[in-house]
Amino acid sequence: MDLNSLYQEIILDHYKHPLHAGLRTPYEAEVHHVNPTCGDEITLRVHVDEGLVADVSYEAEGCSISQASASVMSDLVIGKPIDEAMALHEEFLTLMQGRGQVDVDDERLEDAIAFAGVAKFPARIKCALMSWMAWKDATVQSAPVEEQS
Amino acid sequence: MSAQVDQRLTAFDVTRLRADFPILGRRLDGGRPLVYLDSANTSQKPQVVIDAVSEHLAVHNANVARAMHQLGAESTAAFEDARDKVSRFVGAASRDEVVFTKNSTEALNLVANTLAWAESDLGVGAGDEVVITEMEHHSNIVPWQLLCQRKGSKLRWFGLTDEGRLDLDDIEELINERTKVVSLVWVSNMLGTINPLDVIIARAHQVGAVVVVDASQAVPQLPVDLVALGADFVAFTGHKMVGPTGIGVLWGRRELLAQLPPFLGGGEMIETVTMARSTYAPPPHRFEAGTPPIAEAVGLGAAVDYLSAIGMDNVAAHEQAITAYALEGLATVGGLRVLGPTQPIDRGGAVSFQLADIHPHDVSQVLDSLGIAVRAGHHCAKPAHHRFGCQSTTRASFYLYTLPEEIDALVDGLEHTKRFFKVS
Repeated sequence: MDLNSLYQEIILDHYKHPLHAGLRTPYEAEVHHVNPTCGDEITLRVHVDEGLVADVSYEAEGCSISQASASVMSDLVIGKPIDEAMALHEEFLTLMQGRGQVDVDDERLEDAIAFAGVAKFPARIKCALMSWMAWKDATVQSAPVEEQS
Repeated sequence: MSAQVDQRLTAFDVTRLRADFPILGRRLDGGRPLVYLDSANTSQKPQVVIDAVSEHLAVHNANVARAMHQLGAESTAAFEDARDKVSRFVGAASRDEVVFTKNSTEALNLVANTLAWAESDLGVGAGDEVVITEMEHHSNIVPWQLLCQRKGSKLRWFGLTDEGRLDLDDIEELINERTKVVSLVWVSNMLGTINPLDVIIARAHQVGAVVVVDASQAVPQLPVDLVALGADFVAFTGHKMVGPTGIGVLWGRRELLAQLPPFLGGGEMIETVTMARSTYAPPPHRFEAGTPPIAEAVGLGAAVDYLSAIGMDNVAAHEQAITAYALEGLATVGGLRVLGPTQPIDRGGAVSFQLADIHPHDVSQVLDSLGIAVRAGHHCAKPAHHRFGCQSTTRASFYLYTLPEEIDALVDGLEHTKRFFKVS
């Protein structure tokens, strides 16, 4: 396995300099997700405003992949309409479950495309997905159901 | 440095012994040789163990104790012969004290549950206290939490010193006349600490408490004489001592096992059954409901034969020497912090550490790319990690087949990891 396909420069940059880190107010929902096998944790807050993901803030402890993913994810979804952000979540999930064989729109996924290499390391996929799952959970809790559909 | 260690390892030829373990000769993806430093997780298996399991299935397979034909007799003899071997290996007073389980976890749950259900003086009830330690594996924490929650008993524990040893300052208060059970690990799977069981057993017996020992990491590494040890129950598992997975052992003092109610109900654990009620077999079969892991038990018998032929004194001496060599090597790596004793005194062969601020998963990923297998995470010891202010560690663990050259590869690999993540 090529280590550089897993640890892309973009990922290491986000790991060293995470965007949107720290817990902020206002927020409508806060969730705490853990990865029981490795102990990685994230506390994540979502603030929605008029159908938009107005803010995502978090405190996370974990490996470079999980930390970088939280940074990339929050940067990608902040400011987007909720339904568009949910669609990005689906695309990222498809990318992660595709064993590195899936074609996705790198224009839309932006820096998240760097995680394509992670899909070839089955043990690390859950690291990349933890923050996305936490975000979806918090967003579903914070947004009225009609705004989702 | 290697030469110095080699001199300390004269009792057996590690290089020659490695030929007994086929997996140690395999190549990983890209042709990398395997450097297996994860034996505290599970040990590798020598060909004699693989052959014993395979031959049992190929030639003798039948159910035990209930098949009246020749194969049944052969299978039963092989299964019970394994019990004799294990019994001798750990110095049990009687073969009837050796209960086969599927692993240490099941053995510990067996004790915790039957102590909760026991109607004799052994039973743990409301107001009673159970004492564990902060360095336990989750399998020696959760069963006791469940017992205490269900019975209204109180769970207490020994804290740890900064060096990773049990803080015994409050032993007199912690183990008191309300204490019914003291359950602790012999050799820590995370810190490597070897605990002073004699002190704890003496105090526990002074107040009439029973002592349960998690020997999962101890029986593979140390010569064990259970009669001399003086504990009441001891759990260990086959797969960490060159045996197969799926077979573990609960050893219990005969008179105590006899007082415990059944754990699982089913075939082979009964004396007689009517529609209204049943009576139960004496130990050990009382605790072995259902078809047991027969081939796995046979494999464990072969494993203890293998270890006995090398000699557990020699295995322990090698473990001590290779651990000392590893601690010396790891001390040369800048930014590396070992959790647990840093000197090879009263210490087993599992070394957990942090490498600068590089997450253990990232450390193990880079090491894996070099063919070096270690474990990263909380090693099922979250409270012990919490005690040392961290969430996870990287753990290298050694066994009778570990070479000094593999430690050198680890040390080089850690330096490579630091360069990869641009840590000076």
